[in-house]
Amino acid sequence: MLRYSLKRLLSLVISLIIASLVIFLVIEVAPGDPASFMLGINAQEDTLNALREELGLNQSKFERYVSWSKGMLLGDFGTSYTYRTPVAQMVADRLWVSLPLALYALALSTIIAFPAGIYAASRRGGAGDVSIMGATQLGVAIPNFWFAMMLVLVFAINLRWFSAGGFPGWEEGFFNGIKALTLPAIALALPQAAILARVMRSSLLDILNEDFIRTARAKGLSRRQALWRHALRNALIPVLTIIGLQFSFLLAGSIIIEQVFYLPGLGRLVFQSISQRDLIVVESVVMLLVFAVIVVNFIVDLAYAWVDPRLRSRS
Amino acid sequence: MSLLSIQNLKLSIHGTPILKGVSLDVAQGEIVAITGESGSGKSLTAFSVMQLLPRGTGTTGSIQLDGTELLNASDAAMCDLRGNDIGMVFQEPMTALNPLMTIGDQVMETILLHTSATRDEARIKAEETLTRVGLSPEKFKLSRFPHELSGGQRQRVVIAMAIALRPRLLIADEPTTALDVTTQAQILDLLKDLVQDFGMGLLMITHDLAVVSDMADRIVVMRHGDVVETGETSTLFSNMQHDYTRALFAASSHEVDLPDNTRPDDALLVVKDAVRDYPKPRTQLFAPREYTRAVNGISFTLKKGERIGLVGESGCGKSTLTRAILGLEPLQGGSITAFGEEVAPDMPAALRAGLQVVFQDPYGSFNPRHKVARIVTEPFHLLPDPPKGKDRQNRISEALIAVGLRPSDADKYIHAFSGGQRQRIAIARALIIRPELIIFDEAVSALDVSIRAQILDLIAALTQSHDLSYLFISHDLSVVRTITDRVLVMKDGQIVEDGPTEHVFSHPKHPYTASLIAAAPTLPDVKGPINVPT
Repeated sequence: MLRYSLKRLLSLVISLIIASLVIFLVIEVAPGDPASFMLGINAQEDTLNALREELGLNQSKFERYVSWSKGMLLGDFGTSYTYRTPVAQMVADRLWVSLPLALYALALSTIIAFPAGIYAASRRGGAGDVSIMGATQLGVAIPNFWFAMMLVLVFAINLRWFSAGGFPGWEEGFFNGIKALTLPAIALALPQAAILARVMRSSLLDILNEDFIRTARAKGLSRRQALWRHALRNALIPVLTIIGLQFSFLLAGSIIIEQVFYLPGLGRLVFQSISQRDLIVVESVVMLLVFAVIVVNFIVDLAYAWVDPRLRSRS
Repeated sequence: MSLLSIQNLKLSIHGTPILKGVSLDVAQGEIVAITGESGSGKSLTAFSVMQLLPRGTGTTGSIQLDGTELLNASDAAMCDLRGNDIGMVFQEPMTALNPLMTIGDQVMETILLHTSATRDEARIKAEETLTRVGLSPEKFKLSRFPHELSGGQRQRVVIAMAIALRPRLLIADEPTTALDVTTQAQILDLLKDLVQDFGMGLLMITHDLAVVSDMADRIVVMRHGDVVETGETSTLFSNMQHDYTRALFAASSHEVDLPDNTRPDDALLVVKDAVRDYPKPRTQLFAPREYTRAVNGISFTLKKGERIGLVGESGCGKSTLTRAILGLEPLQGGSITAFGEEVAPDMPAALRAGLQVVFQDPYGSFNPRHKVARIVTEPFHLLPDPPKGKDRQNRISEALIAVGLRPSDADKYIHAFSGGQRQRIAIARALIIRPELIIFDEAVSALDVSIRAQILDLIAALTQSHDLSYLFISHDLSVVRTITDRVLVMKDGQIVEDGPTEHVFSHPKHPYTASLIAAAPTLPDVKGPINVPT
């Protein structure tokens, strides 16, 4: 298990190095001058030169990569050109909204999807299965921004249980923070839960057809016991894969939901900095997201090994 | 009174009748074998006793265990009986165990489920049971996972789970079909011992008459959901009443009429010191890679007209050797030449055309979306100038007729054919390009005995009509004995014995060959000719 973890860790480090190279190359070395891109076509020559100096564009590409990646490692992401504040600070502020939101949504989606998927699989073909599968069809089909707007209409405007948007900050107390994130988390979680429930159901049904389930039944386990004791853990592998993918998506892909609820999250930061051509912020946030995805994959890999002894012993 | 009594059991799945009134009894301490070909309903009879039937199954009649009616008993009542009063062993040991649970936990589960034993008591009992089936805890810790055991060892774990609580009835569904002959012999011995020790009744399902004759006290022969004949093993074999039983017996011991090999001895295939290595998974990142030697310096020559058999147990390297001979994988040493040219993954198409193969699985080796004509003509792409139009039609018809099918079958899809017919199509695909050498890789292993006999006859006939030489790879010694005139015995990547088939079988020199032949179950000698109905 230790060897397996170390191997996965090594592959994590290699992935990070490759990813940083690709991002650096695409944004800084690609044809065209980053400075003139950031300032637009009407920029003055001396402003351009000043920016080039500030960005270090006069140095060699290798030196730039080394100082950029060194800065990343030490937590110095540079200074935003538009806002004139350290990028690290901006990202950290946004992360305190996006990360809890993603975790909240993921928790909700898992809490909904597991029971729904397990119930549907155990009642295969029955009324419960049909209605749950019908509901997941809807869940996948409904656009989440529309669903978010409905949530705002019902729970914020009519019932006045939640505010319609914005984020008070964690200084206002944990409960208030969570309360502000609840509607967005539900809007994000529902389509994910629908997908996850379907994966859970089909994975369980596959496993329930396996020979060892029949063996378990022949031992005297009831259908239910066979499902909980033998099928569920075997069915987790594909489910874990989907959970990993969903977390990565939730962390960065919630731009629309952040817009609907006016949340200061990472998605909006990327969106704003792209429209303001603030390459320094874009570069840093993209790198951070890549880092998050790779770390999540690492955790998913460890979870595989925890579930499956064959993976543990192969390495 | 008998332990298990099945009376007039009728079973239908979604309205289609499968069992049409099956009656049989198993007494305490008795071994009863149900035999028959695929589709006879023998496995469904066994699963009816367990009440583990597929959805949409309807049953009538009666199944009684010591007077308790099992048919349509509630699932809760059946859960109490399963594992406690009735144990079951399955065909496929590789998939019958939960891959994520230790073998100890899986055996303990049976005990914990039905008794009030604590975990420690259950562990002790599981250790005892595993020792009883030949897996002593010193060598096979309870914390092992199924993937760390071989097929035979896994089957022992399944047996341990089934007998842990000393059930009154044990059901074994083809318990040794997936195992090698020597392992099969050990498992059969174990089952016999257990029946004697525990006084269990054993209901065994098998297609293999030789296994039946070695094991069973009584035999039930089934066909199309009916019991055609039943009786004491010795009397039934010496006095077969039903035509079908006779046909089954004849097919099981079928000997083909292999024409003499009288051709000049040109070497077609020369294998010289062939070595094939597989890389092992890396254990350390920067250490040099380690290799497993699957084929270790094998040499033999196949001359024109020769019919060579290659036998050996799973893992001996025969499949690896086959792939190397077909030029699908490169060698790490030595050479293989066919028709005077080197065989390698990059060999010219013309060379491949002379060397065709027929695989084991008649279901998996065809593209289901292609018609037979397209499947059969696949090898034509190896020819520089493939036949077209009328010529192509003639070649297809010719090949299909040669294997006993009709030219009109060319326009059908593969799902319209049975397993035996599919294997004929596979042979037609190999024949159409008129190869000099065909490799039969377990080509009859998946077939029922009667179909197997027909395919073997077809192969024997084709050697004459098509001037064929072949290499026949099989784990089934009785088949190799009748269909080849020379045999190679392979063990651990090496050939341990090579000689004329009859001679090797009657006077094996190598102890391994002798042990293989001794382990293979044999049919009893039946006095007088068997009248085979046509």
